[in-house]
Amino acid sequence: MTRAERKGLVESVRHDVVIVGGGGAGLSAAIAVAEEHPELSVALLSKVVPMRSHTVAAEGGAAGVVTEADELDLHFRDTVVGGEWLCDQDAVDHFVARCTEEMVRLEHWGCPWSRQADGGTSVRNFGGMSTARTWYAADKTGFHILHTLFQTSLQFTGIHRFDEYFVLDLLVDDGQCRGVVAIDIASGAFTAFEAGAVIMATGGAGRVFKQNTNAGILTGDGLGMALRHGVALRDMEFVQFHPTTLPGSGVLITEGCRGEGGYLTNRDGHRYLQDYGLGPEVSEPTPKTMELGPRDRLSQAFWHEQQAGRCVDTPTGPAVNLELMHLGRRHLAERLPFISELAKTFVGVDPVEAPIPVCPSVHYTMGGIAADRRTATDLPGLFACGECASVGIHGANRLGSNSLAELLVFGRDAGVQAAGFAREHSGGAAGTLVAQAGDRAAQALDRLARPGGGERLATLRDRMAQSMQDGVGIYRSAEGMAATCETLEELARSLDTISLDDRSRAFNTEWLGVIEFGFTLDVARCIARAALERRESRGSHQRLDEYDQRDDEQYLRHSLATLTPGQAPRIDYEAVNVTRLPPGERRYGGQENGQDSSRAAGGGQP
Amino acid sequence: MSRDEREIDIIIRRFDPERDDEPRSERYTVPYEHDTSLLDGLLYIKDRLDGSLTFRWSCRMAICGSCGKMVDGQPRLSCKTFLRDYAPGPVEVEALHHFPVVKDLVVDQSGFLDKLRDGRTWLLRDEERPLSAGPHRQTPKQRARIDSTSACINCLLCYAACPQYGLEPDFAGPALLALVDRYNADSRDQGKAERMPLINAEEGVWSCTLVGNCSAVCPKGVDPAAAINRNKLESTKDYFLRFLMPGSRGRN
Repeated sequence: MTRAERKGLVESVRHDVVIVGGGGAGLSAAIAVAEEHPELSVALLSKVVPMRSHTVAAEGGAAGVVTEADELDLHFRDTVVGGEWLCDQDAVDHFVARCTEEMVRLEHWGCPWSRQADGGTSVRNFGGMSTARTWYAADKTGFHILHTLFQTSLQFTGIHRFDEYFVLDLLVDDGQCRGVVAIDIASGAFTAFEAGAVIMATGGAGRVFKQNTNAGILTGDGLGMALRHGVALRDMEFVQFHPTTLPGSGVLITEGCRGEGGYLTNRDGHRYLQDYGLGPEVSEPTPKTMELGPRDRLSQAFWHEQQAGRCVDTPTGPAVNLELMHLGRRHLAERLPFISELAKTFVGVDPVEAPIPVCPSVHYTMGGIAADRRTATDLPGLFACGECASVGIHGANRLGSNSLAELLVFGRDAGVQAAGFAREHSGGAAGTLVAQAGDRAAQALDRLARPGGGERLATLRDRMAQSMQDGVGIYRSAEGMAATCETLEELARSLDTISLDDRSRAFNTEWLGVIEFGFTLDVARCIARAALERRESRGSHQRLDEYDQRDDEQYLRHSLATLTPGQAPRIDYEAVNVTRLPPGERRYGGQENGQDSSRAAGGGQP
Repeated sequence: MSRDEREIDIIIRRFDPERDDEPRSERYTVPYEHDTSLLDGLLYIKDRLDGSLTFRWSCRMAICGSCGKMVDGQPRLSCKTFLRDYAPGPVEVEALHHFPVVKDLVVDQSGFLDKLRDGRTWLLRDEERPLSAGPHRQTPKQRARIDSTSACINCLLCYAACPQYGLEPDFAGPALLALVDRYNADSRDQGKAERMPLINAEEGVWSCTLVGNCSAVCPKGVDPAAAINRNKLESTKDYFLRFLMPGSRGRN
């Protein structure tokens, strides 16, 4: 195909700001641009209709300091300690100071927050938070946030939605990101979107693991795209296992259950978390204690219970019991209706009458596209927000309810920053961008036309996911991680052997699946390699080999993964921004006050 | 960990716009266990038997609204439908009724999406409230009035079930009218008058012939039929107010 023919494959349009991803972060960004700069034109591209985005599945709530008992400094400390000091403290300060106004903004847009008797908004306890500061809308907070944002966005004529457009690549010219090339999924036609600035808001990459809470769309596309343009992925080894999900399917059972007072018990009916440095056993929800410990510690405790044979067996794997019976029917109906529905539908359990079997599943990508605290990446013109970004607030373990707050705070920031950038930088040479887009389109079509007889996509994808599950799980060893790295490099070499059953252009989800898998696999490689090279244990990255302790001297540093074609990912490190909370011991439960000196998860056997 | 695995046949109505003039049916045999959803069955087919089978799905937990299909003639979410309930089979699956088919089980939902703006389904206030004023007060009782209607996941099962939408694609339809009611009934909203044109229009509430299928098939208990009825009352009130007090455009 000649250059002119390749260029002829794409249509070209221009907008001031292009946003990739229509979930909570992307919509927040779009609305921010529309409100602050109504004269600018925003293209909001999403591979699904915005309300299908995975923000919809967040359940428990969003953090924002609001009660008289609370203060910003407490939210700051909880977040930094929760992240085991791998958080950038300047970013955390910026974040906690902005959360509450975003909750209020959503309220003004109609978000149906749950209410107190006097009509004020209500907050609940969440893991690792020292007081109730999690705003919630029953247990469908993400759903209500997403729908509120989506419906609010409809009033802005400057927001042009391109639903079911799959972005193939960034368009970069002269060292600056100047647009994207996308496939209109319904027709299979290509469009070059030229723009003054691009915001990546594509969500996480939980699908790299076999058992996860994530939607099928969370294939790490944005991370993979950034990586291909030399933008580093930061702290990718930190993958959050959510401790309470349904065995097998990984369907999320919110931390809000524990915030409302749920218990976790093993097969002997024992509230085992007290054996892992999270006690003393308390009957009422008590901040940072027992079931309100942080997610990394709870998932690690499960692992030990499983090793010790104290789990209950279910047809889809070992589990512990999440007991909510004592909360009563009325409370569950008011505060936890969705998980009640999920438990009944997917495991046949009515939580009013019986415990829900739960186990940890991969839930959240704490690392992401390296961005500063105002969402700018190292590639001028490219901004990143939400789960696909690493703005530096989660460190080695994210606290529950910080991610919904994050996508609002940094989504808005990204919109404002990108709009400012777009106003100052006019577009590049349109011809060059269209030529680039044409090249990408031709590559994609080439992929579609490749002869059959090769591997099935699902075969390779399942191998990747199983290998990640086996080698880069809750506890890790050099041997296991190295084996996974090797498997992944081998899979990367066999990408071209995948053949397609579907050769049509229109709505070809198999074709797009292969392109997605290319992104996913690159993200998986970065996770496994960054994990292997972090020779310490911190937060969600726990090792069973000789590196089972935290090592601030060597590793109080962010990892930065970059990729060169044909080579294994390269891992570099950069300093963590520590402003006012020097690294110390991370304590929960009675330990926090020095009452209990037994080692936390890791060795804490009864 | 012995699992009781059986098999069931799924017959799928398929259509490839680049190959087919007419829809065709294909039959696949899939294994299932007690907890295998129809979505799991479809993914099994796509991953192992026929990668060209095309359908939408995403969250797997009945909240994103992507995976509606007709299952033995009834609109259902495929992630919340279990193959065990269709044993011994076969079970027949086709695209949601009343929407144009794009490919296989994928429908064109733009008919619904394009109407959303007309409904002005966002919070409308006479004056913008500054952030510094903090949240509005809304009592739990006021909040409860929008509890059901705000639960709509836009899965479009109600449109596939609505005979009126099948006859009259311009009809605003159950989910949109429920959403309009959700904002009208919100104690913080002041935009009812702005939404009355849609409600009063020929494509508004008066198109509904009260069949009630929409509420019966809703996987989230939204009850659009009841919401539409409430708005018929509002529309009647609005009509008489305009008749009795010309120029008033009753805001209440």
